Amino acid sequence: MRRNLGRIAVPLIAVALFLAFWEWIVWVNGWPNYKMASPSDIVPAFWKFRGLFFEYGWQTLWRTVVGLLLAVVVGTFLGMIMGFSRLMRDALYPLLVGFNAIPKATVVPILALMFVGQHNLNTILIAFMISFFPIAVSVSIGLSTLEPEYRDILRSLGASQFTVFRKIALPKTLPEFFGALKVAVTLAFIGTNLMEIVSPHGRGLGALFDSGKISADYPLMFAVLLALAFLGIVLYYIVVVLEKIFAGWAERAPG
Amino acid sequence: MTKLIDIKGVTHAYKTASGPLPVLRDLNIAVPEGAFTAVVGPSGCGKSTLTRLIAGLMHPDRGEVWLDGERVKSPRRTVGMAFQNPVLLEWRTILQNVILPLEIVAPTMPKARRIARAEELLALVGLSGFEDKRPSELSGGMRQRASLCRAIVHRPDVLILDEPFGALDAFTREDLWQTMHALRAEEPFTSLLITHDLRESVFLADEVVVLSGRPATTQYVLDVDLPGPRELEVLYTPKAVDYLATLRRQIQIAQGRAPASQGAA
Repeated sequence: MRRNLGRIAVPLIAVALFLAFWEWIVWVNGWPNYKMASPSDIVPAFWKFRGLFFEYGWQTLWRTVVGLLLAVVVGTFLGMIMGFSRLMRDALYPLLVGFNAIPKATVVPILALMFVGQHNLNTILIAFMISFFPIAVSVSIGLSTLEPEYRDILRSLGASQFTVFRKIALPKTLPEFFGALKVAVTLAFIGTNLMEIVSPHGRGLGALFDSGKISADYPLMFAVLLALAFLGIVLYYIVVVLEKIFAGWAERAPG
Repeated sequence: MTKLIDIKGVTHAYKTASGPLPVLRDLNIAVPEGAFTAVVGPSGCGKSTLTRLIAGLMHPDRGEVWLDGERVKSPRRTVGMAFQNPVLLEWRTILQNVILPLEIVAPTMPKARRIARAEELLALVGLSGFEDKRPSELSGGMRQRASLCRAIVHRPDVLILDEPFGALDAFTREDLWQTMHALRAEEPFTSLLITHDLRESVFLADEVVVLSGRPATTQYVLDVDLPGPRELEVLYTPKAVDYLATLRRQIQIAQGRAPASQGAA
């Protein structure tokens, strides 16, 4: 009980200290809010635009989640192909690395032209593109590094490749998968916001940030950043909970 | 007695970048039903290849492997395997790990019977009370005990042991040898044990086959005439010491460094 309390209290205290430090450093330097808004400037901005924060926050969240789910499906699929087949690994790796090396900001206008006006689709696609790579790589590494004995204990009983995958390869890869998913969550947010900020007449928190910029409402811009950080934390911890449920066995007792 | 494992003239080579690497050459080993045969030989002489051939996971370039009167062409459900690495599934409890082969071999078997069977074996190897532990909570010796249970849970005819005690400390290893004798007394299986440990081979086996260096072929066969079930003290009897000396000499020959002439000492 005390340990659980501590696990909630410690991060909250850390956040409170961080906000206090932020407030202090803005105050002590006497920065105007267009240089650096302080938490006390941001709270009124949240209140003033509270309706928009809920509406746009939801849009950003669901687009990110859909993009992420797409990344999980495609990334896992690619990872499986590359994990099981040496040939496919050799064939696909350069393509994937090349694709991943392209800055996604440059893909935004291309997608915007490709699917004009399909704002939801564009945003989801960018979130997907920026986040599937770590998932594909981790699943492929997890599968290709499976020790042959693990396969042999079932193969020697005449089990099919699919059974080996379901009973051994898949659960064994879960810790790596969740590790990659934690990276992918934050990447997907970056993707969503890239599109929301750049595309005209957009929606979502990215668009709110953009309108803050246009109307020189600096506290609003900072408020959007905080809201994004908050959503990122929420999604991250959802992944952590899922990891505990499905791959909790991988966690060793400390010490 | 019928030959349960019959390896007839098996020759096998691995394909490598620098051409084929022959590992087995015209190898013959026959293990009668219910017998325990140990295979010893220098490192890298192809002993593990042999286990994969018997399990039907690989096919020999030439020669035939027969199990229980049938030629092995693909994996068979009547085989159990244990390796140096216990390869327990970390996300399963010890009980669930032992049950795993039954899920493949006997999918219709009622859950209660599976559990009863696994519990019976775990009790036999001294793991009662550890059924619900995860492999990471057990010591190396206990994991290997669980791995042995998993290898025989589906009552295989043939048990293939690929150095299962190789990574354990000396005392734990001796404990497991005795566990092996206890299991043999309760469960009918024919075993082929790959090992580097000559004392292990003499203590456990009815027959010890010495393989030559690569490409391996049968160099020497030793009949171990010690009454069973054996106690560790048997290893210090003159007969056993004599066996060990013989095997030691054969291994040196296999390694290509035959001892100096007998009289030199």
